[in-house]
Amino acid sequence: MPPFTSLTAIAAPLPLANVDTDKIIPARFLKTIARTGLGVHLFDALRYDEHGAERPDFVLNREPYRAAQILIAHENFGCGSSREHAPWALLDFGIRCIIAPDFADIFHNNCFKNGILPVRLSRAICDALIADASLGPNARLTVDLESQIVARPNGETVAFDIDPSRKRALLLGLDEIGETLQRASAIAAFEGRHRAASPWIPGLAS
Amino acid sequence: MARTLFEKIWQAHVVEQMPDGTCLLYIDRHLVHEVTSPQAFEGLRVAGRQVRRPDATIAVVDHNVPTSDRSQGIAEPDSRVQIETLERNVAEFGVPFLPLHDTRQGIVHIIGPEQGISLPGTTIVCGDSHTSTHGALGALAFGIGTSEVEHVLATQTLLQKPAKNLLVRVDGRLSPGVTAKDLVLAIIGRIGTAGGTGHVIEYAGEAIEALDMAGRFTVCNMSIEAGARAGLIAPDETTFAYVRGRPFAPQGEAFEAAVQHWRSLRSDPDAVFDKTIVLDAATVAPMVTWGTNPEAVLPIHETVPDPRDAEDPARRQAMQRMLDYMALTPGQALAQVPIDVVFIGSCTNGRIEDIREAARVARGRRVAPGVRALVVPGSGLVKRQAEAEGLDRILTEAGFEWREPGCSMCIAMNPDRLAPGQRCASTSNRNFEGRQGPGGRTHLCSPAMAAAAAVAGRLADVREFA
Ligand code: SF4
Repeated sequence: MPPFTSLTAIAAPLPLANVDTDKIIPARFLKTIARTGLGVHLFDALRYDEHGAERPDFVLNREPYRAAQILIAHENFGCGSSREHAPWALLDFGIRCIIAPDFADIFHNNCFKNGILPVRLSRAICDALIADASLGPNARLTVDLESQIVARPNGETVAFDIDPSRKRALLLGLDEIGETLQRASAIAAFEGRHRAASPWIPGLAS
Repeated sequence: MARTLFEKIWQAHVVEQMPDGTCLLYIDRHLVHEVTSPQAFEGLRVAGRQVRRPDATIAVVDHNVPTSDRSQGIAEPDSRVQIETLERNVAEFGVPFLPLHDTRQGIVHIIGPEQGISLPGTTIVCGDSHTSTHGALGALAFGIGTSEVEHVLATQTLLQKPAKNLLVRVDGRLSPGVTAKDLVLAIIGRIGTAGGTGHVIEYAGEAIEALDMAGRFTVCNMSIEAGARAGLIAPDETTFAYVRGRPFAPQGEAFEAAVQHWRSLRSDPDAVFDKTIVLDAATVAPMVTWGTNPEAVLPIHETVPDPRDAEDPARRQAMQRMLDYMALTPGQALAQVPIDVVFIGSCTNGRIEDIREAARVARGRRVAPGVRALVVPGSGLVKRQAEAEGLDRILTEAGFEWREPGCSMCIAMNPDRLAPGQRCASTSNRNFEGRQGPGGRTHLCSPAMAAAAAVAGRLADVREFA
């Protein structure tokens, strides 16, 4: 996983609530066996018309937002399915940070697994940042994970909360599976206890 | 200390607790399908890792599979590649597998319970958000992303923080013609699509206890549409009777010992919930969605709402966007909205009980001219059972299509999809824009309501089809 430390980049405003994972990446693009290459299908229905031509009014089709690395949205971002294709598509497009009042649980989790930082800030602050992001070429925000701060174009800073273990994993770009495998003996010990306590969970080998 | 059902299952599966409260949680059952697993197996391969417990893992193909005759294989190349990739991965990593031509093949959330793979008191995960379904057995079951699929394959554990507890208590009894689907749609309408975020929902009360297992699966299935990752119902005699004798369930004395333990799986009387919501079952009517998320739902006898009545401007805009997409006008009677397609199936409503409901309405009637109506059983065994009961004949004589099992038009990854602008009465769980095909319009409802819509050619109140 790529580490996330600090990012200064164009922020794209997407003032919509309940942006679901089908909207982020429609199901017909899930038939891939790779993690990459999904960026072109990001927000497909919002981004392209029925002939596949770009809709000029959609934010990511406009300058400077084609180069956006930060996205700012409204409530319940990422609701719907567990498809990790949603963060993969965002990442492949170049998005490394999403700011919203709140996120759906699985999507929120999936972001951390892919080096994307989801930042929770109040609706009022999100709206202020959306106003900042609407300033065109100067719509740059800085998101600093170490100090847990978003810096606005006017120099003001906003602090955000983040779970400490998730922060650490992002900063270091940790290989979580590798970390957990170091606990293999604890897992094996648990398995022994668990099997004794619940012998009624049979194996599935047919 | 008094504990909730969630806390009991959770605590029995904690391998280690970190200082910040994150737990390494042991997973008893891992269900795998073709769409969210290829990158996870690839990750294992690249890192040179094994599947820690193939005997706690089972794979099935469901999302991509065609529901027409499949003796000739799969025509769509990318669907075929995904299915073949799963076949290769399960062979390489030694994972048990229910292939396309196995009668037991079906939607992952149907076959888990059906095969006795999903059991009360266990932890169950799958790279699919509707894993919440299995919670109806009193299991802690939730959807995970592909990175977590890989984590579970490699370690049989997940890093998780405990969820909060939300109790949804439904008092009284459902009225005739009102089903579990209507109940869960009413619950989502009440608490909203983010109402359960960060929580596990435990459903309790007289109306929940009165539900059969099929109804309980339907309710828990849609917990995710309220934002909750998991739904739970305490196991009882209904549950034990359902699990008894299933192929992968414990048998004989082991089963009796299991039941002894399962009886302890209920929230203590004085357990504390973070939130409680109480509903009166008698007030629930047959429901249908009018918008593009499941909380945009109303009783069928109501009219399309008016965005101008919404106070919050953002809400007003969102409602207007929904109405534009759905091509509906404020004040229009829901029961007059004409439909083009009916889809009966999915992990929400693809069980034998659902097909019986649809057949009961369809018997002796005809699908309205110009309407295409599909019935897609949730598994090969559901299909076989329905055929043994003659339900397929009732349905086909009424003009319904009788298909092979799979996810089908719930997600439109196979050839079953809506054309742009088509309107569908669907028993699935998501009415998001484009969910059933680009430009398609979805109205979620119960199987009986969907069958009534097929016959009427419009959204219809099933109580008029008794
Ligand atoms: S039936 Fe629909 S919701 Fe259920 S697993 Fe398949 S695609 Fe997902």
